[in-house]
Amino acid sequence: MNANGYEPVIGLEIHVQLSTKTKMFCGCGLSFGDEPNVHTCPVCLGHPGTLPTVNEQAIRYALMIAAALECDVAPRSIFHRKNYFYPDLPKGYQISQYDEPLAVNGRLGDVRIHRAHLEEDAAKMIHVGESGRIHGSGASLVDFNRGGTPLVEIVTEPDIRSPGEAREWAQLLRTTIRQLGVSDVNMEEGSLRVDANVSIRPEGAGELGTKTELKNMNSFRFLERGIEAEVARQRGLLEGGEKIVQDTLHFHPEDGSLTPLRSKEYAHDYRYFPEPDLVPVAPTEQMLTEARESLPELPAARRERYVSEVGLSKEAATTLAFQSEYGEYFERAVGAADGASAKSIANWVTGELVATLRQTGGEEDPLDSKATPEAVAALAGLVEEKKISHGSGKQVLERLVAEGGDPAEIVESEGLAQISDSSELEAIVDRAIEAESEAAEQVRGGNERAIGRIVGAVMKETKGRADGGAVTRLIKERL
Amino acid sequence: MSDELIGLTASQAADRIRAGDLTGEEYFDAYREAAAGDSLNAFLWTADEAGASGDGPLAGIQIAVKDIFCTEGVPTTAGSRILEGYRPPYSATAVRRLRDAGAGVLGKANMDEFAMGSSNENSAYGPVLNPWDAERVPGGSSGGSAAAVAGRLAACAIGTDTGGSIRQPAALCGIVGMKPTYGAVSRYGMIAFASSLDQCGPLTRDVTDAALLLGALQGEDPCDSTSVGIDGGIEPPIRESLDGLRFGVPRELAGDAEGIEPGVREVFERTVELIEELGGKVSETHLPHAPHGISAYYVLAPAEASANLARFDGVRYGLRVSSEDLTDMYEETRAQGFGDEVKRRIMLGTYALSSGYYEAYYGRAQRVRTKIAEDFSKAFESFDFVVSPTSPTVAFKLGERTGDPLAMYLSDYCTVPMSLAGIPAISIPAGLAKPEGEGPELPVGFQIAGPAFSDSAILDAAFALERAIGFGQGNGGPPA
Amino acid sequence: MIDRDQVLHVARLARLRLSDEEVERMAGELSGILDHVERISELDLDGVEPTSHVIALENVLRPDEPRPSWDRDQVLERAPDPASGAFRVPSPQA
Repeated sequence: MNANGYEPVIGLEIHVQLSTKTKMFCGCGLSFGDEPNVHTCPVCLGHPGTLPTVNEQAIRYALMIAAALECDVAPRSIFHRKNYFYPDLPKGYQISQYDEPLAVNGRLGDVRIHRAHLEEDAAKMIHVGESGRIHGSGASLVDFNRGGTPLVEIVTEPDIRSPGEAREWAQLLRTTIRQLGVSDVNMEEGSLRVDANVSIRPEGAGELGTKTELKNMNSFRFLERGIEAEVARQRGLLEGGEKIVQDTLHFHPEDGSLTPLRSKEYAHDYRYFPEPDLVPVAPTEQMLTEARESLPELPAARRERYVSEVGLSKEAATTLAFQSEYGEYFERAVGAADGASAKSIANWVTGELVATLRQTGGEEDPLDSKATPEAVAALAGLVEEKKISHGSGKQVLERLVAEGGDPAEIVESEGLAQISDSSELEAIVDRAIEAESEAAEQVRGGNERAIGRIVGAVMKETKGRADGGAVTRLIKERL
Repeated sequence: MSDELIGLTASQAADRIRAGDLTGEEYFDAYREAAAGDSLNAFLWTADEAGASGDGPLAGIQIAVKDIFCTEGVPTTAGSRILEGYRPPYSATAVRRLRDAGAGVLGKANMDEFAMGSSNENSAYGPVLNPWDAERVPGGSSGGSAAAVAGRLAACAIGTDTGGSIRQPAALCGIVGMKPTYGAVSRYGMIAFASSLDQCGPLTRDVTDAALLLGALQGEDPCDSTSVGIDGGIEPPIRESLDGLRFGVPRELAGDAEGIEPGVREVFERTVELIEELGGKVSETHLPHAPHGISAYYVLAPAEASANLARFDGVRYGLRVSSEDLTDMYEETRAQGFGDEVKRRIMLGTYALSSGYYEAYYGRAQRVRTKIAEDFSKAFESFDFVVSPTSPTVAFKLGERTGDPLAMYLSDYCTVPMSLAGIPAISIPAGLAKPEGEGPELPVGFQIAGPAFSDSAILDAAFALERAIGFGQGNGGPPA
Repeated sequence: MIDRDQVLHVARLARLRLSDEEVERMAGELSGILDHVERISELDLDGVEPTSHVIALENVLRPDEPRPSWDRDQVLERAPDPASGAFRVPSPQA
């Protein structure tokens, strides 16, 4: 993206909530919208005398993430205390990792991973102030159910160069982690959180500009919009001769605006020091091997397979491999297919289905839509067998997305079946030739292109229910 | 009858109870009566019922428990206003293990607030007095535990030692106090002061009782990732001579050390001679970095404490000073809930960790710690034990050092290095000495330290020495 | 060596309210203590590893098995201001 000679430089900071059975440092279960404070204990409430204990599964899941991101796993890593006061932080410090994290120097797609580490999540605060907003006065209620949930924090290098790229890469990360089975990675639910560090610099410049941090973008679309807005804002400032001030900006989904979270008079001094209550983590050969071997087929490998074995185009393969919902949808459709080739199903899914869903304005999960994978597979079959034209197929798909149902029934009820009766078609062709006599002359005269008008006339009369290739052949014959 | 019962050591009482000559109830009643006459302010809470049950090596024994240990349903204050009335929802592992061994909690012992102090003058619930002289301090921070045992309000007690808080009050009260190897006893349920230094240990009338208690306390605990227990447990001490054992006297803690009172030095030297008479070999050793122990300790301990005490914020339990403003609530709650010494150490610790100062203070202190540990390792290549006076002085007067925090900190000069190295050390009463200035003769403690996990060996050597010293017939405390 | 402004800054980090008298006194006391502590700057500690853990343990891990949580009534019984099953506090001013 060229923002008037400036290039955006974007890095992402991602928090992944792990789907372990218990919290990071105590045996409380994880909760999903339960009553407040029913999944707590003296440890995760920070009662005096309590001590943390490290969840074995969290280590395993973190090692799997590190393997999937091709990171170097530290032979020895330790936990640190990150100290600050806030009601959602029961101990007055978060147990996290600082300069000796679990994993460093990885890569996913085109983006390098700076580091990945483990930490515990904060509790939830509900503001019940008069204005109900974080800036109002009044009270807050703290629910510690979420407090202590294991998190893996992943920080990328600032390798991303556009808001769209950020969105795509974040989707790739999500697909990758989802396939590991270590997290629900759902942005709307908060099991995947993505913040962005954004700066801009003159194209070709080597130095980095001042960066700002963007928070509260809880969908891929908002991520893209938020970054777009910030890049524009920074460009505006620089062009106006002003400087970028390092700040944290809160994204407002209602209108896409960004407001600075006013930094406190005193800066955040986290006073990190090694956590004395926990001993170092030194992953053994066995732990590392287990992590590597438990990796499923990851997106890049899957894309390869789709191209070489299924014969998909690189674009279709990328969509299906890098966006897990489409991939899953595709696999289900192929499984249900009764005659349609994987390739044609793939084309329908990555082409018309994606386009149709986008039209409805959302990030709709194709698996949530009314058009089931089985239905789309059947549709692909009907078109491939030339029972309906591609154009009719599009119509059927729109119906499926809007109302669901069965393609064969829709074809029946809307009379979309391709005209296969040749005598009927011949009659229509003859009429078209007669109606477009000028074009007919031109074609007879050698101007092949003019046949388009005749084809168009046939299509109009048949309401697109004829196969284009067959029509063209027939016209030529009858001329 | 009561007097006689109270005169028994815990081991003696346990034997009698096991033999059926004494019931747990009778024993408890004797102590309950004694506790009623507590003029030392040693207890913050006493039990109404015996609470000791079942079998086990401590069946029927009553233990004074420093108020830093969480006891389920029983007030636990850590000597602070900020936890006034707080009843924990669970009991510390150390307390559970004592109960599992058959013992009961006789009472919660007074202490310096959050274990910060060397005189028990920092308690929000009033100072504890030394049974030897009511105008003097019992030492701290386990002052209540030590005074209870020395004052015959309890046969035995448990306390915590971070930089000397068991050993120093034991020395000042003329009883036995031991800090085991770091990791020997679980810290789960022990309100944290400095996590990498805190250890639970016994305060008793004699070495046999100390071994009995430590045997029941030690062990790996899944609730405490830093606990390992002691391999092989604790053997009952039986040693009679010190033949073949090598004792090192570090120049820095005994010979050259400043601030050691003449009376203390005299008792120390006499005890060293006694070791030789018992067959032990004594010679000088070096702990070159020991003189920097106080400096390192008073960076590391307050730093960890500043984080450990951040949870006392009025949100979920304990004192809250209400306000419409959150920052105000935090600041007022903590200002009113914490005493001066606690505030001082929180400030010190926060400063040492703060941006720009971490390397100069915390970073360096951690390196000094490494050097001190190395010094001990080196000494233990040639010696089985390292010995020193436990405290540079005998018990000082109430109010004498409260105006000078640094002077107070220097009381820990001889005990802090062992804490930093994580190695075990015991203090046994070795004699009496006159303080500088005037006053009655007061107890002097003798410290024996050994390599990590040599706890049994230390108890064994201390046992032999204790017999030879014959301090109060091993019955602890001032003459009854 | 630690002045009034630094004391106030540290007190804010630690959420401690100090009276003017306390600030004065604290500055003096802390300076005295730091003076002594400064001694460690005299030592040659090049190449010395810091000790974060005094015992050589690694990989002490807890199995991912749920344990019963604490009864909420008990949880809130100790709370200074329980409300609607949660802990009420004044709202943070961002």
